[in-house]
Amino acid sequence: MDLAAPAPASTAALQEVLARHANEEGALLPILHELQDRLGHVPPDAVPEIANALNLSRAEVHGVITYYHHFRSEPAGRHVLQICRAEACQSMGADALLSHAELRLGCASHSTTSDGSFTLEPAYCLGLCASSPALMLDGEPHGRVSARGLDALIAQARREA
Amino acid sequence: MSAAVIYVPRDSAALAAGAERVARRIAEEASARGLKIRLVRNGSRGLFWLEPLVEVATPSGRVAYGPVTPDDVAGLFDAGFHLGNAHPLHLGLTEEIPYLKKQERLVFARMGITDPLSISDYEAHEGYAGLRAALRLSSEQIVQQVLDSGLRGRGGAAFPAGIKWKTVAGTQAAQKYVVCNADEGDSGTFSDRMTMEGDPFVLIEGMTIAGIATGATRGYIYVRSEYPHAIAALNEAIAKAEAAGYLGDDVLHSGHAFRLEVRKGAGSYVCGEETALLESIEGKRGVVRAKPPLPAIQGLFGRPTLINNVITLASVPIILSRGAQFYKDFGVGRSRGTLPMQLAGNIRFGGLVEKAFGVTLRELLEDFGGGSATGRPIKAVQFGGPLGAYMPESQFDLPVDYEAFAAVGATVGHGGLVVHDDTADLSKMARYAMEFCALESCGKCTPCRIGSTRGVEVIDRIRADQNRAQQVILLRDLCNTMVNGSLCAMGGMTPFPVLSALNHFPGDFGIAVPDREAA
Repeated sequence: MDLAAPAPASTAALQEVLARHANEEGALLPILHELQDRLGHVPPDAVPEIANALNLSRAEVHGVITYYHHFRSEPAGRHVLQICRAEACQSMGADALLSHAELRLGCASHSTTSDGSFTLEPAYCLGLCASSPALMLDGEPHGRVSARGLDALIAQARREA
Repeated sequence: MSAAVIYVPRDSAALAAGAERVARRIAEEASARGLKIRLVRNGSRGLFWLEPLVEVATPSGRVAYGPVTPDDVAGLFDAGFHLGNAHPLHLGLTEEIPYLKKQERLVFARMGITDPLSISDYEAHEGYAGLRAALRLSSEQIVQQVLDSGLRGRGGAAFPAGIKWKTVAGTQAAQKYVVCNADEGDSGTFSDRMTMEGDPFVLIEGMTIAGIATGATRGYIYVRSEYPHAIAALNEAIAKAEAAGYLGDDVLHSGHAFRLEVRKGAGSYVCGEETALLESIEGKRGVVRAKPPLPAIQGLFGRPTLINNVITLASVPIILSRGAQFYKDFGVGRSRGTLPMQLAGNIRFGGLVEKAFGVTLRELLEDFGGGSATGRPIKAVQFGGPLGAYMPESQFDLPVDYEAFAAVGATVGHGGLVVHDDTADLSKMARYAMEFCALESCGKCTPCRIGSTRGVEVIDRIRADQNRAQQVILLRDLCNTMVNGSLCAMGGMTPFPVLSALNHFPGDFGIAVPDREAA
């Protein structure tokens, strides 16, 4: 008799992703990307299965996930706000913009607001260096962002979801 | 009357300025007025202070309007902008805008002119002429063209491209690879991003030529995850090139196979270092490899691999179509051809300026850039990304030339320059350079991994005036260890911004007398 709990949705997604990349050379990053794109993060319980499928140790997979800034083991907020703090944006006040975002959202960089609406992350160059300070909200770029402009973007995102 | 052709860029920097909403408003307004228009989403001309820069085709050429906001659109139609009529945002013929007219666009020849994802548009603008020329040559002759052109790696190391090509071509293996380094992580640079978004076929063509010349049948483009629009454009362009027979098992019925795949990075700066990049494609942590073996001999998956930057590869088609001599006739000394330079940071007219080597920094900053965005005096320019030196006003008359820059301890790098006005505190920028190195170090070698953390602490003590004189000596000693002991440019060049800041702006560190001992 099968007493196991029904498989969570993440397991189905994982199996699909693993099958799709079964014969790919160097498949680990594409697998992690696709899993995170679908689930919002790479669940820690997916690590043993990924390791098994690629004939790697769990430590190797864990090492890759934690090495790259892009991958997250916890779900992100509903909106992801990335504020560039590389040199070009610094020259136009990026540090002040990031501080303003922390204050306005009530959360520190690299963390998520308590209501789960926003994750705030510093970015190191979005390639919008002639439109500084720049940010990316849910993958969409915004340039020459003032504190008021940021407030408007946050308010609009909150209205949408 | 035929439909008016209106161009609204799709480049990320144009989108960041609101181009998507402008395009939508134009479509709505035209349909409300019963006007037939054809909306083309072109790349950006690279005049970012004018974005969104909307263009209209007229019998005398394309006419530009900008910067256009969604609220301007109704007024533009009232004025008859779709016919090229006058309006306060009217900038005249696009090609006559001095910022563009003064440039020498070879690699960026099509940028902003064509629809980036139209293969027929690409072909109509000299696209694939380079590949067709290459197919008439032997692989040795193609490599010779690249050697003769004097092209050097545009990613930052400036290694002669032809020598890499020759090494890979001469190494026998059942499988070889061409890898494009599109991990453009340097602050102040966006020429790779513009190329991928605004003219992706030129990169695909360059890589195909590289594959044929070296005998590689597979290619990877490693693009950073911060560039979602570039990744989307490349994937679409690759599918179109395959459908048109430019990629696949039999490229243009030549018997050569070449297939391309985009690989997405994951937010690691050091993966822009070529061996770390190869590790990343292999699915590992982006840790730098010791060289030798060179990637050209033993690269991706242990096979011979040609790895070049986006702009290096995108320079190849015009070298093949117009000839090595044509390209070599641009430039100075051992810096041949043109460099797409990127004016960024605190600059009034930021954007893309492609010029032959030899243009001076002052021409870029003043004639093109128009001074700082804030209107304050320019204090320092960081040329060549986070690992580039801070250059003071006294060096602004230097020509952009690899050797001239190296002579003063500066680097051309990927051609990006970040401007800081006189409110910048260079000791803070030096601290940031060490902080960034600590954050992004792969951790393999000690000078970089530990040195960067110690560097932050030492600069903090200098800034706080704790035993300052001794700490300055310690900082120089630490930088010396990092320069000479690091495995790659991450730790080996982080001292460039640090020491240049210290040498040229000692006052920012609380040092009254310039302290210019050997670094």
